[in-house]
Amino acid sequence: MNNDRHLISILMENEAGALSRVANLFSARGYNIESLTVAPTDDPTLSRLTLVTCGNEQIIEQIIKQLNKLIDVVKLIDLSETDAIERELMLVKTKASGEQRAEMMRLAEIFGGRILDVTEATYTIELTGAGNKLDNFLRAVEKDAILEVVRSGATGIARGQKALRA
Amino acid sequence: MEPITGAEILVRCLKEEGVEYLFGYPGGAVLHIYDALYNQDEVKHVLVRHEQAAVHAAEGYARASGKIGVVLVTSGPGVTNAVTGIADAYMDSIPLVVFSGQVPTALIGNDAFQEVDAVGITRPCVKHNFLVRDIKNLAETIKKAFYIASTGRPGPVLIDLPKDITIAKAEFHYPKKIKLRSYNPTVKGHAGQIRKAVDLILSAKRPMIYTGGGVILSEGSTELVELTQLLSYPITNTLMGLGAYPATDKQFVGMLGMHGTYEANMAMHNCDVLIAIGARFDDRVTGKIDKFCPTARIVHVDIDPSSISKNVKVDIPIVGSVPNVLRAMINVIRDEKLRPDAEALARWWRQIDEWRAMKSLSYRPSDEVIKPQYVIEKLYRVTEGKAIITSDVGQHQMWAAQYYHFDRPRQWINSGGLGTMGFGLPAAMGAKLAFPDQDVACVTGDGSIQMMLQELATMKQYHTPVKIVNLNNGYLGMVRQWQEFFYQKRYCMTYFESLPDFVMLAEAYGHVGMRIEKPGEVEGALREAFAMKDRTVFLDFLTDQTENVFPMIPSGGGQNEMLLAERDEMVSTHDEGMVLL
Repeated sequence: MNNDRHLISILMENEAGALSRVANLFSARGYNIESLTVAPTDDPTLSRLTLVTCGNEQIIEQIIKQLNKLIDVVKLIDLSETDAIERELMLVKTKASGEQRAEMMRLAEIFGGRILDVTEATYTIELTGAGNKLDNFLRAVEKDAILEVVRSGATGIARGQKALRA
Repeated sequence: MEPITGAEILVRCLKEEGVEYLFGYPGGAVLHIYDALYNQDEVKHVLVRHEQAAVHAAEGYARASGKIGVVLVTSGPGVTNAVTGIADAYMDSIPLVVFSGQVPTALIGNDAFQEVDAVGITRPCVKHNFLVRDIKNLAETIKKAFYIASTGRPGPVLIDLPKDITIAKAEFHYPKKIKLRSYNPTVKGHAGQIRKAVDLILSAKRPMIYTGGGVILSEGSTELVELTQLLSYPITNTLMGLGAYPATDKQFVGMLGMHGTYEANMAMHNCDVLIAIGARFDDRVTGKIDKFCPTARIVHVDIDPSSISKNVKVDIPIVGSVPNVLRAMINVIRDEKLRPDAEALARWWRQIDEWRAMKSLSYRPSDEVIKPQYVIEKLYRVTEGKAIITSDVGQHQMWAAQYYHFDRPRQWINSGGLGTMGFGLPAAMGAKLAFPDQDVACVTGDGSIQMMLQELATMKQYHTPVKIVNLNNGYLGMVRQWQEFFYQKRYCMTYFESLPDFVMLAEAYGHVGMRIEKPGEVEGALREAFAMKDRTVFLDFLTDQTENVFPMIPSGGGQNEMLLAERDEMVSTHDEGMVLL
């Protein structure tokens, strides 16, 4: 059985407890959550929640059905089943002294990153991209040069004219 | 319009919803609500002796009548005591609205006296819940709760009410209708899927209809009977579905599952087309999943999409309400004058009759000691098969399901999904309130009955005369049976060395108690008890301590691997099966 990664985007009522209902569902039924992001939308009564999970076809089908069953969930889409853009924000604090300094800046440039903060010994780099691009950056950087990593979790949107709205 | 208090709004809402009974227990956080209940008699409050019983009684009322059960408990221990009942209703999809008191809004989160996070604690076992934070939303929230509880796949909804909300004032407007953008259950089945299903159903050589509690919840029994008789196919019901099809009809092959009949399970195992209706392929039904219905293509009708292909992958799913979908199927069959394959069906019925001839529900009668099965058979005879039967959980529950033949929906009331000991007695009280003119019996055991004994007092207070049929074997019989079969007869903690004198106990609560020790006395005692129309009678039957429930599919077994009776040597289950216990 293949355990594919799925990016599921959910439009739900912006109400107290709505997030816990989703989180509860995953823990109660033993599903994985790799990452989860949530924020209100342009319509303040709605929140957009994006989560990354993995499982075989049957598990993903159940996850989607169980999510739809939650009263607070208005609509959802499995972005992995459609042509979609996935983005994640990462902030990385790295060592940057001596020879390392130029090397780190070059690496950030290659990955399309921006250096947000500079000290004599460190850089703080901002990177956005799909999750695997961020993974690749971390792999490219020398391991003990990394001081701190903060990732937002993946979010996404479908390409084309299709829009997920209430 | 004059503003009224939140407590008054609540009571007005209950009246708007036509709530007849409110099952509850007062406490600090709900004092305002109780005060609002004081000067009215439209909503009758039933004061139970424990909050768990309030929920079970509301469930009994809801299961018997099809109406919504309503509960009121206080904050803290009031609501934690109610949780078992709420979880029970959730597992069996019973429509309930539960109001819980909460500490005042300003104190929430401060570990105030009798504070618990009620919406947090109940979240995994409710269909939905609400914490009301603004008096202006109260009436609408209550409307939503009643709507959500009773539509789609029904279930319990909890509303947590901080005390200050019950005191604050607002004008009362009760919405006539409610529409939720995020909740809109599919009722009508997809016409194309129904067409495909009908074709598959009529192509069957060895068909089987398997139906569950969904048929009863959706009031789909009439359509089920019509369809089944139109097709002349064999039908089995789950524990939750008993009564949806008359058990005395020849097309009924008995209950299926772990303690189902041989013919029902063999027909399931050998069928080529399975028509599953309002059932959820529970593990007690399927046995080991990869041995389940190996040759069948499956049609599944259910209002809850998440029930479809959850445990067993199905070929033709139809999301919709049972009566709606079955009516559409009947129309297609009638309009196009479709006929099943009569020859194949005749062969199939001959095969089923051979399985039937095994008489899997036979047991060894005795003149010396009361056999529990015999008590249920006599109960069936004495009540002419018409009583509402509630049950607790254990061996007695299985015997009641096997030997009382339910001919109508909502006649059999038991805790199927959660398996809650203590359910039977308060449920009987609720059922009796719903149908005061019908005989109600609670089939129970010496273990289960002791979990809700205190409700004998409530039953006295509200004059709900039910007959308690206690199959007293001194053991936690079902657990003892498993210890006998699978734990080399090491009976750990299943024997009650001390039991109360149930006759004296019944009398202490103001009821009639009877002890029955000989098989010859069983029928007479039952007749005497049911003749006392206005009394609750506790019938304490001292039954065979070693009797086991048969037939039985041991855990890990397939539906064709049944043990028929004591004569079959009990093979100890393999490790994988033990995990499934």
